Amino acid sequence: MTAFVIRRLIGMVLVLFAITVLTFLIFFATPGVDPARQFAGRNPDPTTVAAVRHQFGLDRPLPVRYALMMKRLFISRDLVSYGNQALEVVPAIKAATPVTLSLVTGAAVLWIVFSILTGVLAVVFKGTLVDPLLMILALIGISMPVFWLGEVANLITLDRWHDTFLFSWVPPNGYVPLTQNPWQWFLHLIIPWITLSVLYIGFYARVLRADLLEVQSEDFVRTARAKGLSPERVMVRHMLRNSMITFVSLFGLDFGVLVGGGALLTEVVFGLPGVGKLTYDSLQTLDLPVIMATVIYGAFFITIMSAVVDVVYARLDPRIRPT
Amino acid sequence: MAEFAFGPDEDVVLAPGEATEQIAGKSPWRLAGRRLLRDRVALGALGLFVLIVVLCFSAPIYAHHVAHTVVFGSNLNGTTRVNGKTVEVIQQGGGKLGIGENPIGPTWQTNYFIGSDAQGRDVMARVLYGGRASLAIGVGSAAICCLFATALALMAGFFRGVTDSVFSRVMDLIWAFPVYLLAISLSTVLLSQTKPIVNPASLWIPTLVIAVVYIPYVYRPVRGQVLSTREKEYVEAAVSQGASNLRLMFNEITPNILSTVIVLFPLMIATTILTESALSFLGIGVQSPHASWGTIIQDGQDLLYTRPWVAIAPGIMIVLTVLSLNVLGDGVRDALDPRAKVRETKE
Repeated sequence: MTAFVIRRLIGMVLVLFAITVLTFLIFFATPGVDPARQFAGRNPDPTTVAAVRHQFGLDRPLPVRYALMMKRLFISRDLVSYGNQALEVVPAIKAATPVTLSLVTGAAVLWIVFSILTGVLAVVFKGTLVDPLLMILALIGISMPVFWLGEVANLITLDRWHDTFLFSWVPPNGYVPLTQNPWQWFLHLIIPWITLSVLYIGFYARVLRADLLEVQSEDFVRTARAKGLSPERVMVRHMLRNSMITFVSLFGLDFGVLVGGGALLTEVVFGLPGVGKLTYDSLQTLDLPVIMATVIYGAFFITIMSAVVDVVYARLDPRIRPT
Repeated sequence: MAEFAFGPDEDVVLAPGEATEQIAGKSPWRLAGRRLLRDRVALGALGLFVLIVVLCFSAPIYAHHVAHTVVFGSNLNGTTRVNGKTVEVIQQGGGKLGIGENPIGPTWQTNYFIGSDAQGRDVMARVLYGGRASLAIGVGSAAICCLFATALALMAGFFRGVTDSVFSRVMDLIWAFPVYLLAISLSTVLLSQTKPIVNPASLWIPTLVIAVVYIPYVYRPVRGQVLSTREKEYVEAAVSQGASNLRLMFNEITPNILSTVIVLFPLMIATTILTESALSFLGIGVQSPHASWGTIIQDGQDLLYTRPWVAIAPGIMIVLTVLSLNVLGDGVRDALDPRAKVRETKE
């Protein structure tokens, strides 16, 4: 087991290195892109452009620029944004992370609970109308663009039905830190949580239902029922446990992607200043260092999470452990 | 109760209602086709998708003959007839304070059926035009993605060794990036070219970016299929007959991995349509003068509380399209591998 973990960690480090190289190349070595020209103002003459290029260090050879940028990003952590020289990138990402974590963790709790509920109910009531109904709802859930759903949610809760008792408590878009005011933090996040989790509830309910059905025809389930165990006990202790393996590995990856900035659409629509919103704002101004830093941060997070998921998966399912 | 056919053709499994005699000697493709044709839900979804495609591609007809409008270019001072009266398209005195400008709301008639947007353009016609771009990009990028991924997976799985290592490492690298972040990075960079190599407004940029980003998702399952098909006896038989590598790849392996790709295709189209709408919403997908469902939702953001239909209508189109594709994809998967469905009906 330890050898497996160590090998996985080494592989992870290599992938992380490759990610930084690829990101750097995408942003700074694509033909046709010349950041110096963009910052030199309107109709710059060649000397201005050359001066700007020298100032930003863009005239050095590519590997040197890569090394410098990585050093600024990771070691001295004083990488500054192109657009706003007072904005230090790494502290900005650090400040934005709790927001994204709050959003994604809350949504994750919601979607785990409801997708398990939906999947189990669909299997228990298989053959009745409940099963197709739940699956249709799940399908609709995964067919909705999340930013559109967020807009519709805003429309309903903040405008059309805001005056009714249903939604009068919904505060305007924004974020309140947990340490500042826990209740407001909670209120501000409920609608974003629900919006973000709808897509995943649909997806995971379908996956869980398929897995549960596959497990249902296994021998050990038949044995458990034959022993006289109640259907509930069989479902929870025998069927769910075995179906959760796929669920857990998919969940780890999705959680990693979301925290790494995949929740940017939800953050933009609800005005939450998380990592995703940071990426989006820097996109508007084409602030390359910030975009690059957030993309690297995102890719790092998902790589680390996928390594964690592999280890957890091996822990859960002894069959796949290399002996 | 379902039956299994354990005859000479063990890969073919009966769907509920089929008898062994009926299917003897028929090719798996024909059987899958028949199962699909019997699946009314999937056929309904296919019909819905075709309907949406037809509607969107007849956008010029709608714009010209039904709504009598031109959708590209502002129409800020235009007027239109509602209930016999001539009304200004952008009306003064809108908003909660009554001092803003307000585009006309839904008239539920042939002109400005669901209202106008901030530029005075007919939203219904624009949604149909936008559908052309969204569907073209969605289907195009899914097709390119599946084609390339299959080709790469075929080569990697067949030749193995160095080819496989190199391809798979590259795929792992692309896979390591969160899909949206990679798509955003590539789009941003290609759209911010100061000395453009590719026309930034071309629809090819979102198509190719989205295609590239999803290649690993098709590559992995197909490569797994290639690896397992490679070991089958009929491949060995073909080798012993002196078949060349090319012949092996195209005549023996490809037909047997096609079902995987065929199942993935509608699901990939659904995914690419959603991705394209997200990118366009963020402003880095489809660029003006083109419109797509995502850009129209972006247009509707400012009008959300006054004229919500501008943002809601394209979203409904996306939901219907993606839903029909998902249902169709499920139906195709059930038709090609009824084993999954059979397991469900077994009590």
